[in-house]
Amino acid sequence: MADSSKVTLLDSWYSPFGMRVRIALAQKEIEYEYKEENLSDKSPLLLQMNPVKKQIPVLIHRGKPVCESLIIVQYIDEVWNQKSPLLPSDPYQRARARFWADFVDQKIYSLGKQVWLSTGEAQEAAKKELLDTFKLLEGELGQKPYFGGETLGFVDVALIPFYTWFSSFEHCGNFTMVEECPKLVAWAHKCMEKESVSKTLPDLKKVFDFLMDFIKKQKANK
Amino acid sequence: MESKEVVKLLGFWVSQSSMRVEWALRLKGVEYEYIEEDIFNKSPLLLELNPVHKKVPVLIHGEKVILESFVILEYIDETWKQYPILPQDPYDRAMARFWAKFAEEKFLDNAFKAMCTQGVQKEGYLKQAKEYLEKIEEVLIKGKSKFFGGENIGYLDIVLGVISYWLPLWEVVGCMKIVDPIQFPSTTLWMENFRNHPVIKDKLPPRDKMVVYYQWRSKEIGARMASARKS
Repeated sequence: MADSSKVTLLDSWYSPFGMRVRIALAQKEIEYEYKEENLSDKSPLLLQMNPVKKQIPVLIHRGKPVCESLIIVQYIDEVWNQKSPLLPSDPYQRARARFWADFVDQKIYSLGKQVWLSTGEAQEAAKKELLDTFKLLEGELGQKPYFGGETLGFVDVALIPFYTWFSSFEHCGNFTMVEECPKLVAWAHKCMEKESVSKTLPDLKKVFDFLMDFIKKQKANK
Repeated sequence: MESKEVVKLLGFWVSQSSMRVEWALRLKGVEYEYIEEDIFNKSPLLLELNPVHKKVPVLIHGEKVILESFVILEYIDETWKQYPILPQDPYDRAMARFWAKFAEEKFLDNAFKAMCTQGVQKEGYLKQAKEYLEKIEEVLIKGKSKFFGGENIGYLDIVLGVISYWLPLWEVVGCMKIVDPIQFPSTTLWMENFRNHPVIKDKLPPRDKMVVYYQWRSKEIGARMASARKS
């Protein structure tokens, strides 16, 4: 049943976690109010809606907040269950999707940060592990166009925002994704054919410049 | 249909994650075969079933292999409909998932690290753990039911359940106190209710064995953490 109560999203334009929610909302054609948060000056609304972790994204629906990107995406999938299901209906396929989305969560952010910020052996080790992570994901994708099969699914939504980080990994780690993980690059391009993805992901150069600036500041602070 | 397929669980006797899965299966009355895995000497079976993380628990249901305790709990709830453990309402489900993740990643992680460390590090982890427990206590006070699941044990009770049994033991091994009954009255009451539930009471690891295990394990992890800090 379509739910027409007001939906608000507290987010930051460059956050891959926020992008997951925006893609899910777009897939389901849900209208919502977007509120950009400045994370160095958090709004009273954010602190009220996520007092525990004080992080974005936060989805506010029927006046109540939902936090943590993958939890929000599942919530969206369960409430607006008539259109574009993101999780399969079979419990075992759902378990597989949840496992791989959790895998993305466990690996990419922390390894990616190490590739950006560390040097020498530590950076090489992180780069190797990151590439192994991507190759495992390629294995899971197999011959399917999307992780969700013929359509965008939960794992696709979890992973595709990190496409905006690929060029930063390449730059810092001195490799190219298309050489190391051609299947994943092809998958990313396929996802970008979907409007819900292409209209959600910010301009890649804009994200690259933002990340390079962030990395420079982080390294200067050490 | 699925009840005809054999259910097996690869676990480790003292693992909280394995225990959560056993509690869920027992609450639902699902018969299963338990296979003990020595996580310090991993079997070819484990490495074959979980090549990505090489960890327990692993649930085997017929030909299907399900990994990661939170994922397994949801699979169990969706496959065996009796004694539902997740709430029906999507918002309540989101809340249960949020607090489960928070409890595991923030509270339990800090409590465990407090057990493994000394001095300033220990104080730091203890302070964090207590701050996070305060937040959990607020949710419990708001609940007012016997369990998060109401009169019955639910998903969040199962995930937090380790607090009722592992945590007092970690406090002993780590010479520390986190769950002060005066500061955390609702948590204390919930812990007692959980520990005394007939299904749970029947499935807890032996306490003296656990003390020996954690005395050794906490020293080993503490040493590893100390050398990581130095590098």
